[in-house]
Amino acid sequence: MMKLNLNKTLRAVFFASLLTVLFFTAATTVFAQDDMPTDDEVNAIAKQLYCPVCENTPLDVCPTEACRQWRELIRLQLSEGKTEEEIKQYFVDNYGARVLAEPPRTGLNWLVYILPPMFILAGAFILFRSFQAWTKPKAVETASSPSEEAGEASDKDPYIARLEEELKNRK
Amino acid sequence: MTETTTPKRGVSLWVQIVIWAFIAALLVLVGVILNKRQQGTVQPGDQIPDFTLPLFSGYEYEGQSEVKLSDFRGKLVVLNFWASWCKPCEQEAAELEEAWKMYEDSGKVVFLGADYVDTEPEARAYLKKFGITYYNGPDMGTRISQLFRIRGVPETYFIDPDGVLYYVKVGPFLSVDEITSIIEQKLP
Repeated sequence: MMKLNLNKTLRAVFFASLLTVLFFTAATTVFAQDDMPTDDEVNAIAKQLYCPVCENTPLDVCPTEACRQWRELIRLQLSEGKTEEEIKQYFVDNYGARVLAEPPRTGLNWLVYILPPMFILAGAFILFRSFQAWTKPKAVETASSPSEEAGEASDKDPYIARLEEELKNRK
Repeated sequence: MTETTTPKRGVSLWVQIVIWAFIAALLVLVGVILNKRQQGTVQPGDQIPDFTLPLFSGYEYEGQSEVKLSDFRGKLVVLNFWASWCKPCEQEAAELEEAWKMYEDSGKVVFLGADYVDTEPEARAYLKKFGITYYNGPDMGTRISQLFRIRGVPETYFIDPDGVLYYVKVGPFLSVDEITSIIEQKLP
């Protein structure tokens, strides 16, 4: 009788422990999924920002303590319900526009957007003109016969014309 | 004897002038930017332009939530750039506070802390950890650090009562004596 009671108690303790573990696991999982932004959500914003301390390293892959703090700040602001634009604006206000991966389209920053396409267009134009210059003389060469060429040359160059005339007279 | 000239089609002179002027302007702009970046910090003897430092709550100056350098004309200003993520800053934090305590009551010296590229919770934890009591605030938009062209943290700038920079310390102070000896150079 005593043994039976002990078994019952042990079984009750086992089920109570199991239920407790299941409850807290489920509660933790729900908290992690619903309230805290994931690393992917944080990094989606972090990759659009650069920390001024470590130049040329996007915030999502920067290993320094300063960048870790910034990522946690993004996580905090996301959990407070701030939008991507609001978070980026917060960073610009606090650390300056140079933290943005894509410079704002104002003032001298416009050069960054205008110059590269301009140089590409100018390069294409120069190449086009160069090809034209290379192909035109060849077209003239292939179209004209040697005699015509000589004739043309004599027309153009008075010395050659005179030389040819003297050669003819000797004959 | 007649000379014939072949008509030459090319880019007109004005277009060439505009292109060359544009390239020259671009080179000048790049040169100016590179030169500015390689200038280093402001130098002793430079008159420091006025700037505004917002202050953390609990670190206000006479009830004001922000201070201007010009508010301290007639006083010697010790401006320290720091950050909570900066390990060398921790080496000098206690020394700076101790030095501040030595001059606080004299009214002739003011210590200002400019928190560089930091987050407020960590900055506050740092100030609390080292028991710092002098005026402190974030360098919003890194405007002040750009004005001083700092190369990193910690850096400390000593500005005389006339607003002229007279000493720059790059890196952490090693002792309180080092700080006080620099201050004493300009105290009447």
